[in-house]
Amino acid sequence: MSELAKAFDHGKAFIAFVTCGDPDLETTGKVVRSMVENGADLIELGIPFSDPTAEGPVIMDADKRALDGGVTTDDIFRFTKELRKDIHVPMLYMTYANVVFHYGAEEFCRKAADAGVSGLILPDVPFEEKADFDSVCSKYGIDLVSMVAPTSEDRIADIAKEAKGFIYVVSSLGVTGTRTSITTDLRPMISLIRKNTDIPCAVGFGISTPEQCRNMAELSDGAIVGSGIVKIIAKHGKDSAGPVGEFVKSMKDAIRDL
Amino acid sequence: MTNPNGRFGEYGGQYMPETLMNAVIELEEAYNRFKDDPEFNRELEELFREYANRPSRLYYAKKMTEDLGGAKIYLKREDLNHTGAHKINNVLGQALLAKKMGKTRLIAETGAGQHGVATATAAALLGMECLVYMGTEDMERQKLNVYRMRLLGAEVRGVPTGTGTLKDAVSQCMREWTTRIADTHYCLGSVMGPHPFPTIVRDFQAVIGREIRQQIMEKEGRLPDMLIACVGGGSNAIGTFYDFIKDKEVELVGAEAAGKGIDTPLTAATMNTGSVGIFHGMKSYFCQDKYGQIAPVYSISAGLDYPGIGPEHAWLSDIGRAKYVAITDDEAVNAFEYLSRCEGIIPAIESAHALAYAMKVAPTMSKDKIIVVTVSGRGDKDVAAIARYRGEDLHE
Repeated sequence: MSELAKAFDHGKAFIAFVTCGDPDLETTGKVVRSMVENGADLIELGIPFSDPTAEGPVIMDADKRALDGGVTTDDIFRFTKELRKDIHVPMLYMTYANVVFHYGAEEFCRKAADAGVSGLILPDVPFEEKADFDSVCSKYGIDLVSMVAPTSEDRIADIAKEAKGFIYVVSSLGVTGTRTSITTDLRPMISLIRKNTDIPCAVGFGISTPEQCRNMAELSDGAIVGSGIVKIIAKHGKDSAGPVGEFVKSMKDAIRDL
Repeated sequence: MTNPNGRFGEYGGQYMPETLMNAVIELEEAYNRFKDDPEFNRELEELFREYANRPSRLYYAKKMTEDLGGAKIYLKREDLNHTGAHKINNVLGQALLAKKMGKTRLIAETGAGQHGVATATAAALLGMECLVYMGTEDMERQKLNVYRMRLLGAEVRGVPTGTGTLKDAVSQCMREWTTRIADTHYCLGSVMGPHPFPTIVRDFQAVIGREIRQQIMEKEGRLPDMLIACVGGGSNAIGTFYDFIKDKEVELVGAEAAGKGIDTPLTAATMNTGSVGIFHGMKSYFCQDKYGQIAPVYSISAGLDYPGIGPEHAWLSDIGRAKYVAITDDEAVNAFEYLSRCEGIIPAIESAHALAYAMKVAPTMSKDKIIVVTVSGRGDKDVAAIARYRGEDLHE
């Protein structure tokens, strides 16, 4: 069974995102440990990219802080391997196609697997372009996670049939970032996904309150939170582990009884 | 040459967020429906002729030819088009297509401002809403074009992120498009981005090369030996080249921006200094570091100040059909001044890169050879910046 899917084994999953190296890897390490201690079921590690076209201002700024701090893909591989020694929930990388392609997809996946990472999200690699990446990921036991958006419509069945690990359901139009409300009716999307696959699906984009987290997890198998966490790091910098932990706890507590 | 997935050799593709995939598929379907539609083509042809002032002249630059003492030089005068550059060709095509698709709003990125001005113009003409993203650095370099777009009724939003230039404006347009798709067409300004944009933009710009063929046959009774055009994303260059790709005896040369020099970090010469990558929806060549982070490029020309190049150019280069030369700021500024004094034509600083290569190569060719240089735009917008480059304290 997929390592990633194990995150969904004990109830609704809370998936927590952090940009590696924002503001430095030592802080990222403390933040990840705090997120896991407070109930995160899956850790999404962002490898920063210079021009993240699917991100809103919060994660764009985090990528910039991380790159300005000098973090590199190699640093992140070493960091993840170290982290893996005491972190036992599944972890995946989120980055952009060029970071993987230019590193060499084969070498990237080999090092990611060696670091204990079991999934990869590339928001600029849609269904039509996934074959080249997917074949290499599979070779190293890494699930290339597929995304489904409110505009996907007739594409959902094809995407779901080939999806691995879990399906990332994009809650609404637009880029990543917190939203005051999510108005998309996700029910038809999720029921279409369910018709075509048994793997779990989790909702992300725009979730920043326990109430939103609960609503989204009720509809699906879990909730993904990125900008909500990154905002706390932007504010607290090196002292983020505590406040991020409290935030994660409040989110996880909101979905525990579902 | 284009396979069904929009590939030119290994280049191109559709590296886009899932949210935008149905939008680009819808665009491809609409384009396939209208591209051979007689009524669509009649309307576009009429806009080209009556509104944009096509065909543009193929002008024999007699003084320049005599002064350089080598090959005969013709200038394809895209600077004489309405709005002052080749950009209008693509924009009229895309705006008309968007209108047929029922879209009511155009968004566009712009570097030098010429594509933004052209998009604002087409939006005004066709009664569409228009939003243009422009890097804040470029807004500073091209203040007059910012005002021009606003005068035409467009909203101009500054993009302060990254280097505040064309690449950041493209990224912001892609982000904007994901927030509002139903009524909005992204009017991409060059032969780049995800399929079908490189094909659509090329087809609308290919009028340049078709006219060159007809005009040079009328004037000289034969094809030229060399075509030269400047390359940022590469739309005027592909427009110039496309009709001649099959004519192997015609040499195709793209002039890209070397900035301070290709051996310095202050360059935007993608083919000369970049490597293969995936960015802005396409696989192509990009200026990037060893970890695939996109490099902060530089050129005096805001229109060539882009870290990538259209996928069809990457392919033409790989198969050896076209070559790409690097022209420095200094060489371009010299050419800008040279053409102004020699022929009384002030070219865009972008086009001056192509002219600079013509100045280098023409004297090495015999007098019975023919070069056609595409003057992609006029240089009024650049006058203040060139004055400052020469140390004069001139501000618009």
